[in-house]
Amino acid sequence: MANLTSFNLRDKGAQIWAGWSRPVRTIFVIAVIVLIGLMPFAASWGPTSFLNTPITSFQNVLVYPVGMFIMMALGLNIVVGKSGLLDLGYVAFFAIGAYTQGILSTLYGWNTWEVMPFGIAFAMVAGVILGLPALRLRGDYLAIITLGFGEIVRIVAINLSVTGGANGIPGITNPPSFLGLHFDLMHPETYFWLVFFMILLVIWMVRRFTVRRPGRAWEAIRQDEDVAALMGVNTLVYKLWSFVIGAAVGGAAGVLYASKVAVISPDMFKFDVSILILACVVFGGIGNIWGVALGAALLAYLPERIRFISDARQLVFGLVLIIMMNMRPDGLLPRKKREKITEKGAK
Amino acid sequence: MNFSVITTQFWSLVLQGLALGLIYALVSLGYTMVYGVLRLINFANSEVFMIGTFATLYLEVHVLGYATNSPSLHGAKLIWTLFLVFVGAMIACALIAMLVELVAYRRLRARGANRLASLISAIGVSIALLEGMRIITISRPMTTPRLLDKWSFGQFHGANFRIDTMMAIVVPIIIFVVLDRFVTKSRLGKSIRAVSMSEENSKLMGININRVITLTFCIGGLTTGAAAFIYTTVYENTVFNVGFNMGIAAFTAAVLGGIGNLRGAFYGGIALGMLEQFASAMLGSQWKAVTVFTVLVVVLLFKPNGLFGEAVQQTRT
Repeated sequence: MANLTSFNLRDKGAQIWAGWSRPVRTIFVIAVIVLIGLMPFAASWGPTSFLNTPITSFQNVLVYPVGMFIMMALGLNIVVGKSGLLDLGYVAFFAIGAYTQGILSTLYGWNTWEVMPFGIAFAMVAGVILGLPALRLRGDYLAIITLGFGEIVRIVAINLSVTGGANGIPGITNPPSFLGLHFDLMHPETYFWLVFFMILLVIWMVRRFTVRRPGRAWEAIRQDEDVAALMGVNTLVYKLWSFVIGAAVGGAAGVLYASKVAVISPDMFKFDVSILILACVVFGGIGNIWGVALGAALLAYLPERIRFISDARQLVFGLVLIIMMNMRPDGLLPRKKREKITEKGAK
Repeated sequence: MNFSVITTQFWSLVLQGLALGLIYALVSLGYTMVYGVLRLINFANSEVFMIGTFATLYLEVHVLGYATNSPSLHGAKLIWTLFLVFVGAMIACALIAMLVELVAYRRLRARGANRLASLISAIGVSIALLEGMRIITISRPMTTPRLLDKWSFGQFHGANFRIDTMMAIVVPIIIFVVLDRFVTKSRLGKSIRAVSMSEENSKLMGININRVITLTFCIGGLTTGAAAFIYTTVYENTVFNVGFNMGIAAFTAAVLGGIGNLRGAFYGGIALGMLEQFASAMLGSQWKAVTVFTVLVVVLLFKPNGLFGEAVQQTRT
């Protein structure tokens, strides 16, 4: 038990990684990417067929929830993990992306690639609008404001006519074919590859940010905001940036999601999703992208896998959260030890 | 937009707002008391409220044996029955709240874990309770028997002083007065305030931290249970996800008044109840939540610690 709780797979992995030469690393990365790229076929291949999900098609599960949750969890991790801001309304940005795609594609006939920059931009603008007042507040006040914002976006979507009210928007077009890949109901695996590509982009982006000035600023803010401000970090600007970049990732995920499912309605963007994404981040190991990705994959996949106990699956999900958090409070793959400094005011 | 309701229904809206707001205030104590000592949002409190409504239902229907169509009670029997159910619901909620503390918080606190970890484990408890109740009740809304005949004391400019509305106003005020006395005057209350000011120093002064925290959850549970009883008596129905909106509203009330502050919860609840009633009447009930959160943002911009919040580290009463 003590071994299980103190064992840090992340540090162990980093140690092994450091021991490898460049070619070995390249081969390893390519091998992992290819393996994950083959995931959609895992359910029909003998030895891995236990992964197959009952009721929902495995390939669709890989896109939503698994792929989307990983992407959103990575986006939320920038906000919660990197700069330590508690955001309980992350689903709002996902909804804004999805509704941008829904409205622009049904009213103006734009395709997904054309909508994508706008979806991201609108989510970022929303991030600024919410962030400018909210980020002046601290800790739990921020939490309630973001929670409220998530609800406001959903309520506005229910009550406006352009968003189709409570029925939502039907008939959103799928993305057009690209490089010979077709995106339609018959080819869920191409969606998976698309989402996977986006996830890799996000991971690359987050890693770049982390080692550069914004990443260091976020780290400083997370550990002690007053000290960060004293040392010359413009805390509001950097907090706003982390918020806006997180929003952009959420918006991109929303655009993809809307073009995949073709029908969106306000029910899809409830408070539960925000909570679930936050759970993914904390469950996987807050602040560590690999942990977050793993946590999101597990938490998104698990309820689908245990659908055969259909009624009790959410109950089991809740129990898993309690047990896991009690056993490994820092998540499955915690962040590096040196980054793990308790926040100010935390007891 | 309809401004004429302000003049035509003013007293009615005030009365309804007061009744609703005081229910919020009672539930928000479950957040604010816990926040005071632990600096954590007690996410499972909305489910404690839900359990309270079902405890009320269970006591009335299965323990005391009243059916939905039973005739209303009168006189001493009415008072005695309601009192019994009231106390029962409070005890049930207090037990659940203490269980939440034991399961979701204690172990993590002992290990000095990240506060988000406690948040997620509390959310886990919340999901488990919610889903458990959903499975037990098969997602069905349930009606409670009308034990209290809803007679009115009279009218005042359109405001109807019904017995249940009056109960929803008077009972919370009594509870707040008692609680305020308890926290400021009694030894246990002082120890709660001590822990909320400094956990380290409280330990040095020989205060049993775990006991104080359990007590805090217990008090939060008791008041949430009282709110659940009042809610069920007024609205006469409940459903497994009844706690969700109540939880958000109560947490908003706590923040509005200044979280961690007992009197803040009281005024925050009333402010929120009034705001909701007037916003619904003027803009339509679908914009209620939008108005509430917009006002909350504006209030926090000018008063970052809430309407009645003192600087966070200072004295709380």
